[in-house]
Amino acid sequence: MGKYIGQAIKRVEDQRFITGKGTYTDDIVLHRMTHAYILRSQLAHARIKSIDTSAAKAAPGVVAVFTGADVQEVNGVPCGWQVNFKSGETMREPKHPLLVHDKVRHVGDSVAVVIAETKAQARDAADLIEVDYEELPVVVESVDALKPGAAKVHDELPDNLVFDWELGDASAADEGLAKAAHVTSMKIRNQRLVPNPIEPRSYIGDYDASRDNYTLYTSSQNPHVIRLLMCAFVLGIPEHKVRVVAKDVGGGFGSKIYHYTEEALVTWASKQIGRPIKWTSERSEAFVTDAHGRDHHTTAQMGFDADGKLTALKVHTDANIGAYLSTFSTAVPTYLYGTLLQGQYTTPAVYVSVNAVFTNTTAVDAYRGAGRPEATYLLERLMDTAAAEMGMDPAELRMKNFIPAFDGVDQPGYQTQVALQYDSGNYEAAMRKALDIIGYDELRKEQEEARKQGRYIGIGFSSYIEACGIAPSAVVGSLGARAGLFESANVRVQPTGMVSVYTGSHSHGQGHDTTFAQVVADHLGIDMSNVEIIHGDTEQVPFGMGTYGSRSLAVGGSAIVGALEKVKEKGAKVAAHLLEASEQDLEFADGSWTVKGTDKSISFGEVALASYVPHNFPEGLEPGIEFNSFYDPANFTYPFGTYIAVVEVDPETGKTTIKRFVAVDDVGNIVNPMIVEGQIHGGLAQGIGQALLEGAVYDESGQLTTGTFLDYAMPRADDLISFEVDGNVTPCPHNPLGAKGAGEAGCIGSTPAIVNAVVDALRPLGVSDLAMPLTPQKVWAAINSAS
Amino acid sequence: MVPTSFDYHRASSVDEAIALMQQYGEDAKILAGGHSLVPAMKLRLATPERLIDLGGIEGLKYINDKGDHIAVGAMATHWMLESSSVVQQKAPALSQAAGAIGDVQVRNRGTIGGALAHSDPAADYPGAVLALNASMVIKGAGGERVVPASEYFVDLWETAVQPGELLVEIRIPTDAANANSCYVKYAQPASRYPYVGVAVAMDKSGGTCSDIRVGFSGVGHSAFRDAGVENALKGQAVNDASAKAAADQATQGKDVLSDWSVSEDYRRAMARVFTKRALLQVGA
Amino acid sequence: MQVTMTVNGATVSQDVEPRTLLVQFLRENLSLTGTHVGCDTSSCGACTIVVNGESVKSCTLLAVQCDGAEITTIEGLASNGTLHPLQEGFREKHGLQCGYCTPGMIMSSWQLLQRNPKPSEQEIRHALEGNFCRCTGYDNIVKAVQWAADQSA
Repeated sequence: MGKYIGQAIKRVEDQRFITGKGTYTDDIVLHRMTHAYILRSQLAHARIKSIDTSAAKAAPGVVAVFTGADVQEVNGVPCGWQVNFKSGETMREPKHPLLVHDKVRHVGDSVAVVIAETKAQARDAADLIEVDYEELPVVVESVDALKPGAAKVHDELPDNLVFDWELGDASAADEGLAKAAHVTSMKIRNQRLVPNPIEPRSYIGDYDASRDNYTLYTSSQNPHVIRLLMCAFVLGIPEHKVRVVAKDVGGGFGSKIYHYTEEALVTWASKQIGRPIKWTSERSEAFVTDAHGRDHHTTAQMGFDADGKLTALKVHTDANIGAYLSTFSTAVPTYLYGTLLQGQYTTPAVYVSVNAVFTNTTAVDAYRGAGRPEATYLLERLMDTAAAEMGMDPAELRMKNFIPAFDGVDQPGYQTQVALQYDSGNYEAAMRKALDIIGYDELRKEQEEARKQGRYIGIGFSSYIEACGIAPSAVVGSLGARAGLFESANVRVQPTGMVSVYTGSHSHGQGHDTTFAQVVADHLGIDMSNVEIIHGDTEQVPFGMGTYGSRSLAVGGSAIVGALEKVKEKGAKVAAHLLEASEQDLEFADGSWTVKGTDKSISFGEVALASYVPHNFPEGLEPGIEFNSFYDPANFTYPFGTYIAVVEVDPETGKTTIKRFVAVDDVGNIVNPMIVEGQIHGGLAQGIGQALLEGAVYDESGQLTTGTFLDYAMPRADDLISFEVDGNVTPCPHNPLGAKGAGEAGCIGSTPAIVNAVVDALRPLGVSDLAMPLTPQKVWAAINSAS
Repeated sequence: MVPTSFDYHRASSVDEAIALMQQYGEDAKILAGGHSLVPAMKLRLATPERLIDLGGIEGLKYINDKGDHIAVGAMATHWMLESSSVVQQKAPALSQAAGAIGDVQVRNRGTIGGALAHSDPAADYPGAVLALNASMVIKGAGGERVVPASEYFVDLWETAVQPGELLVEIRIPTDAANANSCYVKYAQPASRYPYVGVAVAMDKSGGTCSDIRVGFSGVGHSAFRDAGVENALKGQAVNDASAKAAADQATQGKDVLSDWSVSEDYRRAMARVFTKRALLQVGA
Repeated sequence: MQVTMTVNGATVSQDVEPRTLLVQFLRENLSLTGTHVGCDTSSCGACTIVVNGESVKSCTLLAVQCDGAEITTIEGLASNGTLHPLQEGFREKHGLQCGYCTPGMIMSSWQLLQRNPKPSEQEIRHALEGNFCRCTGYDNIVKAVQWAADQSA
């Protein structure tokens, strides 16, 4: 539409990052700032018999020590999404206190906080706190926590079930399976992951007694939501008394969405001591306190008729929720998972049931993809397995079952069996493009040749769909969300014609300063350098829901467009006055209003100036140009794509080498292809990380065995290859930008492609399934036990 | 991230360091490159009361070709060994082991003396210095002694270095086998410590394997030479079949470590796979 | 203890506790917050700086060990307002997203190009094994380093 949208514009925010001038929370220093160290439980489940903090309180530099007894009157942090039992009973939502009082429920649970003049003094004093524990039995796996007699994580609850939940038509699914010519059954484990943004969480609480107000600096993806939750649910402070600032944030991937106890703790404690308090997580602390992701145990049956057409899908999942309910935790294994089990396929009957379960582990919540990777992994492992069992080509089986193309305009959206209505899609086109790029037929021949030489090459597919642009208020409200996930924007035109845009979205790597500026500049026909994007401060931005669920452009960008429309409407009124023409006779293009059919025109800058120097403005025409817009999407957006992985497995060691990775994504209209490609790359790396490297492992006593980077394998540069990324464009029909979202696609689609490829490589050796991560040892053991 | 408090001494000579060790006894720890000790102190797994830093002793940071051996100062960094042309030519296994440690930044600071004195079962060097038939020069208040590598590694975290003594030099003979040596590593994906590190030094000047030394890192409680592999190949022409037969002897009768991420069976099997690859690398 | 070093060309001298890590000295004593901390096991490389011409993890050195050293951090890489080709390359090739790993990643890349001015893709990937990035999948980081290498052609 203009000169910026669709262009790979270099990022305007990069200057500060490449020169070391970013402002992450831990970089901020306030006058008289103190430092907090949190004493954490080393035990997974234990009753606190006594705590002696006297030596710590007397230690050098210590300002205060607080324990659970001090915050007993303070509420815990809330869960933002209510999911009810099948029976209608409300989900179980035990208190998640800022510091535990009665017992610890997972390794890393907060027992006490020491506040001192320096970080070192706080750390030293914490070693002087004596806690007398009575150890209790521990349960770490969801499937074990459901067994009768399992250790109870919360004493006041009858058992460890948070809720049970279902979606779809169970009897239709049973019928579909009964009449199927072939049923593929699988037990699927989607292992627990640790998000590990490279910046650890960091917070500064600062209470100003002279004004009775608070500032919280936080490494958060959504400062307004933190303010809302902390004020209304935890501390009971009026919102106008609290400013929440999230400047530069070093990655989130979901883990910095949630309202964490430490945020409320430093804010509360700052008032108690009358000084600012900084707390910055250490990495080993982050491993046991940042919300984890995934952790599903699933059984599934997928039915096909004699032609390979899907007849039904039936799924049961036990989802580990951890020791407490994190902010979005309950939505992940339900509304972000069960609703995606239609996939790209015409399956006529789909049913899913889910148990959400407490265990003595770190809380589990949304991690890049959140529910959708679990759904995609399940569907795509089933499809590849079914193809092998039925002797069909996996690409062909998928194409046989794809929903036919629909644009959501001339053809209606696609109503799934699991509540959602897809907006637009062209699934076969993405598959065909991926097949072309990889050179599929030739590749299969190479695979055959390699096998003859004793080399094991595998080709794996994954055709994913996701629901992004989270989340339309009307849809999610009916599903139990305690908020509607709209977005706000404020566009302030300055007298000089510069435009300041205040967005409720939050960038922690996504490049909002650039992408949003491209949208604004093109809509107003002005230079990008005249646009400034401001986010991450509740005192500046009217309201916001933040960034997660690939929603920034589709929802936040649409809110900006809404405000820009109002700006143009007002500008036209001013232009009409200045040009002495009627508004109807004006057209706006290239940054100017022109009287149709004449050369009489006036630029955006002139209109801006006149709006602040409103000489002779007629009655009723206000000075100034500044508008807010709130955008509440009509529906989710549904990006999709097909990925193909090519791997080679060394049968002697079990080690997998990725040879090629082709990603064809359709994320709707694209504003900045460079940034979109970067998002896809990063997602692919995380998804591949899950397939091959990453996995949180707890031992029976509830210790996180993989609690450091020496045990938890993060993907490194030499674990990965250059990806072949391409795409199609099927615009979103229901938002003004036609954008769908690209933040999570790579992470959702890549995992099953890799696992399918490894299994495909090893099928001649008799391997039909493998559990993630596909460590060389596991693959080697599977090869040896199969052959 | 915050070590406990300690006193810090920067020694300007080996003699001063030894004198400080005598003075402070067990309260003092030697700080070489610090790339094992400092991480342990940050997590408070090590809480020394004082550190004696060798970083100021320039006289310990050298690689010298002495004709019949290469003399390596204890404070030579992994990068110095990795990039040294004399080591690459006359003892490639040592250069390759150095280049397999940690990452570039770690190799720039970590030292061979520190690594060998620490004797982490997961270290890379030990198998290499065994295969290279190296010897260690250990200095104490009473003077110097030279300990062959075969007597140096005692057990988990335990070496021939006694309290009050300092490892000051590593000597690598410049024989034909060492000139034809390699170090092959199969790493744990997270820590990148070796699941298996195997070093082979082989004299095949007569066309067959006339002399061979095989050392393992990361496989057992401490590094070891493997006579089973050596004897199986000695006197043989090296080919796929003989290499495999010899490699299949690897770790026979040895205790092999296991942990949550690696079973004993897998580690043993990988010791054999990578031994075969190493034998072929230097034998082909 | 008194430590004196040259940081980005300027001599600094301060009294520190021996247990002060170099990264803490840079961030807290000198307010050079471009060098970041991402872990406590010397794994992630976010704290990478250059000491006496060699890249190091500043979380794994004590400030007192660096008495007399010459140090360059990300803040000192540009000269007279001109960005280093690596800084340009990371922007040009979109080699960063959240920016947190970027200073360490650039300093490690600096070391690589010092030792190997024309690295292959595999050499770049290997040279960066001590630096974690969770955002980019490393794809564009590799291209950024290649871009910088090409500038000195």
